[in-house]
Amino acid sequence: MSQPGMPDGMTGSVDAEDVLATAAGWRDAGEKVALATVVETWGSSPRPAGSRMAVTAGGRMAGSVSGGCIEGAVAEAAQQTLATGAPQLLDFGISDDRAWEVGLACGGKLKVFLERLG
Amino acid sequence: MTPELLARLREAQAAKRPVALATRLTDGAQFLLPDDPASDARPDGAPGNGAPAALLAAARAAIDEDAARNVEVEGAAWFIHPHNPPLRLLVVGAVHIAQALVPMALQLGFAVTVIDPRRAFATEERFGRVTMIQEWPDDAMAALSPDSRTAVVTLTHDPKLDDPALDLALRSAAFYIGALGSRRTAEKRRGRLRELGHDDESMARIRGPVGLNIAAVTAPEIALSIIAEIVAVRRGAALGQPKTGPGGAGAAKAEAAGGAAPGRPGGAAGQPADRAGAPA
Repeated sequence: MSQPGMPDGMTGSVDAEDVLATAAGWRDAGEKVALATVVETWGSSPRPAGSRMAVTAGGRMAGSVSGGCIEGAVAEAAQQTLATGAPQLLDFGISDDRAWEVGLACGGKLKVFLERLG
Repeated sequence: MTPELLARLREAQAAKRPVALATRLTDGAQFLLPDDPASDARPDGAPGNGAPAALLAAARAAIDEDAARNVEVEGAAWFIHPHNPPLRLLVVGAVHIAQALVPMALQLGFAVTVIDPRRAFATEERFGRVTMIQEWPDDAMAALSPDSRTAVVTLTHDPKLDDPALDLALRSAAFYIGALGSRRTAEKRRGRLRELGHDDESMARIRGPVGLNIAAVTAPEIALSIIAEIVAVRRGAALGQPKTGPGGAGAAKAEAAGGAAPGRPGGAAGQPADRAGAPA
């Protein structure tokens, strides 16, 4: 098995960090895992579409979907997806009330798709 | 994502097979595309796994452009996420600068291969987690067959090792070819490569002196200038434009080579004439 966080095989052009490998490892170890993927960005969002983050029910995180601005909010929303199995499409951005709440200070806007693994 | 789909995605990754993951954003339905080369080649053009044909076309385009995209298919929004094999970096010469360059390239997501027939140099102890090939560069390079997602850097200073590698690199679609060496060394090398049948236009693809001009002195600084130049070329930055090299490879020639280079259209032209990269 590949080491989490190390490039291995193929990681896409977006990131050297192999979030899928980490997520698969967590799942194999019996953890409940949700995957968050940036699917669309506008303005100065720091991470391109395709950026991924894995979150466990226990609160472990790997990868990122922003420059640290919204990871907390995504991890929180992930708990609901982990509980129900229903995917979510989250909107973050300056036009959104949550912008203040989550502090997307970059002024960017992005959509994040959340799904449960398994 | 189902565990089965994740497993198939990771299998494709391990096999270095380009695939795209298509996700319907309304309900999370997913397809891996192309799924199975045999079934995807059905006469009706429809993917074997039941995905709409338009989705397969979008997946192929996303893979080709190596960029994620959003498409609407049959009234639903889909996210197409390409997973291409990593860019490759082939380093000829397991030398001190290579020791600094390799970890930087790994950090940037490159699959790195170090080629050096000299056994004392190409040791795992010196390089760790990369592919080491202890063969002559011409044999090794021929087997690795550089493509448009491959960068080649020669670092040995030894014509016996560097020249065959550069010869093969120039005959390939490698998106970046860099050769360590001073301007004088580079000029001598041009003479030798010319004898191997490469003209000025072809040789303009070689970055030498290698690396962006950051006045690098130490091995890690030189490595940094090289990896930064590779990224600049890859991303189509103005800094990645071919430099005006020694021996009269003038601006027009450099521009022509830039236009023919794979990748994105470059930014501004007009680099300073004297852009000595890493001294060597």
